[in-house]
Amino acid sequence: MDITQSHSTPTPQALRIAKLQRVQDFLFQRVTQFFALGVLIALVGILISLTINAWPALRTFGPGFFFSTEWDVVNGQFGGLIAIYGTVVTSLIALLIAVPLSFGIAVFLTELCPQPLRRPLGTAIELLAAVPSIIYGMFGLFIFAPLFAEYIQPVLAATLGQIPGLGILFSGAFNGIGVLCAGLILAMMILPFIASVMRDVFDIVPPVLKESAYGIGCTTWEVVKNVVLPYTKAGVIGGVMLGLGRALGETMAVTFVIGNAHRLSASLFSPGTSIASTLANEFGEAEAGNHLSSLFALGLALFVITFVVLACAKWMLSNMEKKQGLKT
Amino acid sequence: MDAEQYGEEARAKNMSNISNIDQVIFAKRKRANKIGLTLSMGAMLLGMVFLLWILGVLLFKGFSAIDLNLFTQSTPAPGSEGGGLANAIVGSLLLVGSCTLISTPIGVLAGLYLSEYGDRSKVAAVTRFVTDIMLSAPSIVIGLFVYAFVVAQVRHFSGWAGTIALALIAVPVIVRTTENMLRLVPGSLREAAYALGTPKWKVAFMITLRAAQSGVMTGILLALARVSGETAPLLFTALNNQFFSTNMNAPMANLPVVIFQFAMSPYDNWVDLAWGGALLITFAVLGLNILARVVFREKVQG
Repeated sequence: MDITQSHSTPTPQALRIAKLQRVQDFLFQRVTQFFALGVLIALVGILISLTINAWPALRTFGPGFFFSTEWDVVNGQFGGLIAIYGTVVTSLIALLIAVPLSFGIAVFLTELCPQPLRRPLGTAIELLAAVPSIIYGMFGLFIFAPLFAEYIQPVLAATLGQIPGLGILFSGAFNGIGVLCAGLILAMMILPFIASVMRDVFDIVPPVLKESAYGIGCTTWEVVKNVVLPYTKAGVIGGVMLGLGRALGETMAVTFVIGNAHRLSASLFSPGTSIASTLANEFGEAEAGNHLSSLFALGLALFVITFVVLACAKWMLSNMEKKQGLKT
Repeated sequence: MDAEQYGEEARAKNMSNISNIDQVIFAKRKRANKIGLTLSMGAMLLGMVFLLWILGVLLFKGFSAIDLNLFTQSTPAPGSEGGGLANAIVGSLLLVGSCTLISTPIGVLAGLYLSEYGDRSKVAAVTRFVTDIMLSAPSIVIGLFVYAFVVAQVRHFSGWAGTIALALIAVPVIVRTTENMLRLVPGSLREAAYALGTPKWKVAFMITLRAAQSGVMTGILLALARVSGETAPLLFTALNNQFFSTNMNAPMANLPVVIFQFAMSPYDNWVDLAWGGALLITFAVLGLNILARVVFREKVQG
């Protein structure tokens, strides 16, 4: 066969292969795209199916559903305020405790920790994040809550409980189990999440910036406060929001220790309920009708709240990544 | 750290050269530094204490519950003595196993799309965003969705419904890690393959995916670790089963839900079994996590 000719005009066989490959490539693109879109379809599906199932309750009770404290299974009157309040308050307590602690951990891991220890300690924090939430729940119920009732609650009541106005938050019986305990267990849970995000964004700060601050005589703390933190502000807030998203949707850890009582009480010591724990406790036994549909409405509210929080977190973290991209 | 040394040197120089340094302010700054750093070290210590405390409690309570019966007998009836978790262990393995079989191809193919076609496409940008949201979406809501979508339609709880719920949680994890790992593969490797006339799908499967093999494995292991501890989505999908069953079309016992029910129960032997199960599940999850790290580190070094 003439070699030069086969180069200039492709043989019919080569043409056939090329054609086949084009079809295969097209199929490959479409198939992978289909699966990628699957994730999107799942999200839309979740929203639609929750809305459809929640619709009867929303129609019966109107927007007042989200502001009513009524939760009467027997008489079929439902309102979501207590569960929403429990979810928000436990998450806020968790953030209040976890954010400073995880900031400390991130500073330690990026500025203070001796180099050889950085990896193992960082891994240990990530392992803490991997412990299943049901373990935190069991730990909270059997180990932490009794200790909390015996040692911490009396101290809190004797100190913070004496402050006028604020005192009502720390009044009531020392049961261990309650809103505050749930918040503390949640704090333990989201601590490693926030800490590892913060550590990652602290690592982005260009060494030149830190070194020039050290060069003019700044202390390590001043470098963290005046250089690292302003530079990574968006990333840190993104990390906190990510932790908040986790805390809002957490089910098992909260269900074990919150006490599961549909009661609105000013005291943080008293048992309450959160959206996720209401769902976990009642969904299995709920009868079709307003009860089931109200639970779906709560689920929808939870999903929308976490969606907004996570979207903000994602947006802030991606701004942070762009900053990193500009630099390198 | 180098920077710290520079700082130390500069400070020493300042001290010796400049005599009119304001000692009060200097002492204040040093004190603030010391307080801040001590608090930060304290936070780290507290984190470590939490980890060791949890693991210690698990080991202490769990080991006393673990014996041969735990692996050979099914969950006990209320009030009866003894019993084990055999049905729950098998159920969990079946659920997690089938979830991995379903979510791995979906996750890897979606990850391939994002990394090979996803640079300029709107679809990919949206998918990436949604995947990140789904990564931390409340798992109980995913349980609700599967209940409405599967359980309410076929009118009974089933192992398959549990599998679908778990897969919905695992897929985003696999998609994200696959994409990130494929992006680490150098472009020159792809271009070399294209230059030989390789079609795109072959480059993706034979070159890129193979080069990122261990990274993709890491993602799958992490997803596995994530779903094996998930309880909330199984509550209204797989439910529970007191008896030994491998029928995926019927309610299925699984470790997390059994732990949940037994831990909340008034029977002492149930609570003990719950601790045993908790120990098993935690060490499975932590083991998978460590394994994933080892797999990944080997790839980075090799």
